[in-house]
Amino acid sequence: MKQLYRLMTAMLPVLACLALMAGTTEGLAQEVGAPAASAPVAAAPEAPAAAPAPPKIDTGDTTWVLVSTALVLAMTAPGLALFYGGMVRGKNALGTIMQSFIILCLISVQWVLWGYSLAFGPDKGHVIGGLEWLGLNGVGLEPNADYAATIPHQAFMIFQMMFAVITPALITGAFAERMKFSSFLVFTLLWSTLIYDPLAHWVWAVGGWVRNMGALDFAGGTVVHISSGASALACAIVLRKRLGYGKEHMVPHNLPMTVLGASLLWFGWFGFNAGSAVASGALATSAFVVTHVATATAALAWMAVEWIYRGKPTVLGAASGAVAGLVAITPASGFVGPMPAVIIGLVAGVLCYLAVLWKAKCGYDDALDVVGIHGVGGIWGALATGLFASKAINAAGADGLFYGNPAQFGIQAMTVLISVGFAFVGTFVILKLVGTMMPLCVKEEEERMGLDLSQHDERAYS
Amino acid sequence: MKMIEAIVKPFKLDEVKDALLEIGVQGMTVTEVKGFGRQKGHKETYRGQEYTIEFVPKVKIEVAVQDSQVQRVLDTITRTAKTGSIGDGKIFVRDLAMAVRIRTGETGDTAL
Repeated sequence: MKQLYRLMTAMLPVLACLALMAGTTEGLAQEVGAPAASAPVAAAPEAPAAAPAPPKIDTGDTTWVLVSTALVLAMTAPGLALFYGGMVRGKNALGTIMQSFIILCLISVQWVLWGYSLAFGPDKGHVIGGLEWLGLNGVGLEPNADYAATIPHQAFMIFQMMFAVITPALITGAFAERMKFSSFLVFTLLWSTLIYDPLAHWVWAVGGWVRNMGALDFAGGTVVHISSGASALACAIVLRKRLGYGKEHMVPHNLPMTVLGASLLWFGWFGFNAGSAVASGALATSAFVVTHVATATAALAWMAVEWIYRGKPTVLGAASGAVAGLVAITPASGFVGPMPAVIIGLVAGVLCYLAVLWKAKCGYDDALDVVGIHGVGGIWGALATGLFASKAINAAGADGLFYGNPAQFGIQAMTVLISVGFAFVGTFVILKLVGTMMPLCVKEEEERMGLDLSQHDERAYS
Repeated sequence: MKMIEAIVKPFKLDEVKDALLEIGVQGMTVTEVKGFGRQKGHKETYRGQEYTIEFVPKVKIEVAVQDSQVQRVLDTITRTAKTGSIGDGKIFVRDLAMAVRIRTGETGDTAL
């Protein structure tokens, strides 16, 4: 009975939103009905198109953005699910995979109901989108020239949805092997709504105040990686450590799974970065190339520094280095050429390796190194954009420090501070808040048993 | 009758088994086990963190033999399981009070 009550209270926000949408369905119906009504009019001979021609949809651009959307989806599930799933102990494999998989479902619905409107809806005071696009009201199939003039607005919306999905999924690595599933769901929903949506608005939306500062973030270095990295740090600090942390062996149970996941992340990242051109052409190609180059370099760099420092080149190291490179090139991918990409990857591999070593000394339990890879890699990427950006690559961008514009570096550094500060403090507050309503971590006995059995009544391997 | 328990390196199992069959041993029981002796464990590294794995995988071979066969079996195992490096394993011999062949009910040496 008590559980039923809890379930009902958990459903309340969803129900409230559905009720809200009921009010907007009238508008939706009109919207859908409109083209059908105008079709016969257009066919009538006395009605030549007097209104200005609507922006033309480009089939190549639309194709690329839709394919990219599917590629970015593959980053969360199966990419991240396997990457993280292999790194935990066998008793937590399913629980970890489930977190990524269910975030894909949860945030997809959140994005349609209110997320997209808060992030990209008509600007309110440079800090948040309005509620005009709740339930995708007014987000139709004709292009929105503010964001992507040559593809249907819904194509841009669903491409952005996949970014909103993967960001909280990245954070799950910080609280892996110990967070209670129900608390995780509540946290994720609140985090997406209160941290991701506003931050995406600040950095990407027309009118967003960070965007107005002139910050460059091509594919989400600040919004996705710095925000997830800083939030991961807050999670590692607020949630208790895993039982036996530092004393018991907590070694990855299936590294082939992790390498498969890392490779799928790499594959999907072409959609993430090259897709962020929201067009198919020169810029997408440039972003595609530098993404690949930086990733390969970073994997080699991590492997090399580990080989020199510890004596053996590890497979997990190479895979981690690749992810660090992907993270670092993300904000820069639309603004830099191939040689700067080599440098960005090289530094990312070494820096993130050192960050992961440093974590062990600090003693906080960021289980799967979200801070070391996404936080540190993301910060490096944002700063590197301020160093290597060039208008020769992207006329719509800006020149960086090495191209005679030191001010850009300052703007990038400001963006880093803003996103780290906002994500860290915001996540800290959300966790404390959720913690007053329900326990954040599973019980000791449940943790010993593993998330698979204690949270889901299933086993990954039987 | 004696029960001979040999803890050997897993990759040596086939060699030991073939040699024992050759000298007339009729059967054996093999178990995958973990443990350590003077070899101690080995080192594993994940994301820069080093872990010492104390319990090293080994194979335990159990052979029940007549008293007259003991020395030959010990010699054979020692010869075939040896690599000369640390971690080659150990052999333990204990008295065996009784053996029964379930199918026929035979006991003692004839049951082996």
